[in-house]
Amino acid sequence: MCLAVPGKIESIDSTDPVFRSGKVNFGGILKEVNLAYVPEANIGDYVLVHVGFAISTIDEAQAKETLSYLEEIDRLAGVENG
Amino acid sequence: MKHIDEYRDGTAARAYAEAIARITTRPWTIMEVCGGQTHSIVKFGIDELLPPAVTLVHGPGCPVCVTALEYVEKAIEIASLPGVLFCSFGDMLRVPGISRDLLSVKASGGDVRIVYSPLDALRLAADHPDREVVFFAVGFETTAPAVAMAAWQAVRQGARNFSMLVSHVRVPPAMEAVLSSPDNRVQGFLAAGHVCAVMGTAEYGPIASRYHIPIVVTGFEPVDILQGLYMCLRQLEQGRAEVENQYSRSVRPEGNPAARKLMGEIFRVVPRKWRGIGEIAQSGLGLREKYAGLDAETRFGVAHRTTEEPPECRSGLVLQGILKPRECPEFGTRCTPEHPLGATMVSSEGACAAYYHYRRRRS
Ligand code: SF4
Repeated sequence: MCLAVPGKIESIDSTDPVFRSGKVNFGGILKEVNLAYVPEANIGDYVLVHVGFAISTIDEAQAKETLSYLEEIDRLAGVENG
Repeated sequence: MKHIDEYRDGTAARAYAEAIARITTRPWTIMEVCGGQTHSIVKFGIDELLPPAVTLVHGPGCPVCVTALEYVEKAIEIASLPGVLFCSFGDMLRVPGISRDLLSVKASGGDVRIVYSPLDALRLAADHPDREVVFFAVGFETTAPAVAMAAWQAVRQGARNFSMLVSHVRVPPAMEAVLSSPDNRVQGFLAAGHVCAVMGTAEYGPIASRYHIPIVVTGFEPVDILQGLYMCLRQLEQGRAEVENQYSRSVRPEGNPAARKLMGEIFRVVPRKWRGIGEIAQSGLGLREKYAGLDAETRFGVAHRTTEEPPECRSGLVLQGILKPRECPEFGTRCTPEHPLGATMVSSEGACAAYYHYRRRRS
């Protein structure tokens, strides 16, 4: 039930900061999402959405680092073995 | 989809499995806390990629599974009242009460509706001023901010016909309950990534040091889980017990400050009963005094109802990693997703249901 899905912010309506909301694109499907908890998020950012609320912005640099972690441990293993 | 597909890469998954095999020298038992992770592990067969020395046990992080039977009974009682429009996340409808579930209340004429967001329930209250609209607020810290927002807006809008049956739960006290059990065999944790996206990581440091256990905040895709396992096993092999963050793309150490602020305004920490496990101190969130007017338990006079749990379901042991679903004598015989004896057989995140769907044929 803690399922949260990443999607990209396409538009933001911030007339009232409490009801800050926007359209988020999930692989081609647009949904209205409450953005009150991600005041820092801008159009084009990826957010993690749970029950209609963005609970976190996705940090692209950290995502890259996570994906290159494997190369890092392979390199370390190489150093240890060689 | 971006931020999903790249974490489902089979080559990377196999490379992690090899890296894990390379560093593992002794048997270790690791618990993934969150039901979403359990579902991924069983669905993608991640446990089957691991060396035999590594055992995964499945944790208590499935809100559908742990919502106490008495809350399910309270929900059924309220939903059966005339004039009530009862709103719930879909997963809760088939959770067995003593003799029936919310779905059967609906089938016999009760107005039970599935909502995607707590704000949908608030909207229904505005659309039906002549009805009492009740939202069944279950879930962990991931879900509590959305419910907090619905509560806050309800008060702001003066929505008099809106209330909430609140049974929120908190993860860290449940992890401590697992560790304190005399039968505990968990030596490392994969902590629940989305709970931490809201709450941050600070709550886990004291647990890691008090029980000398590594805790790795981990995501939900196969590569996330394998990387989290690698990080956890490396700590175990090196004798470290620290909090590490595999899921740094979504989890900051401080969590989500805006969400935590509103949660703090609406909720306070309370003791909470967990289905199959019993009461755990400080493991729940309840409405603060200031928001007591929204409390469905007082509004409908069900606050003092208590219920004994039937003994045949062993989900409490399953949720604490002591019993594997297939070791339960009822599994797949008297207990199936069509006729569940316990809530862990209902939700797709419940360990019993996950094994039933993905592993039954091979056993
Ligand atoms: S198989 Fe059914 S009866 Fe056994 S623990 Fe799981 S839910 Fe309970």
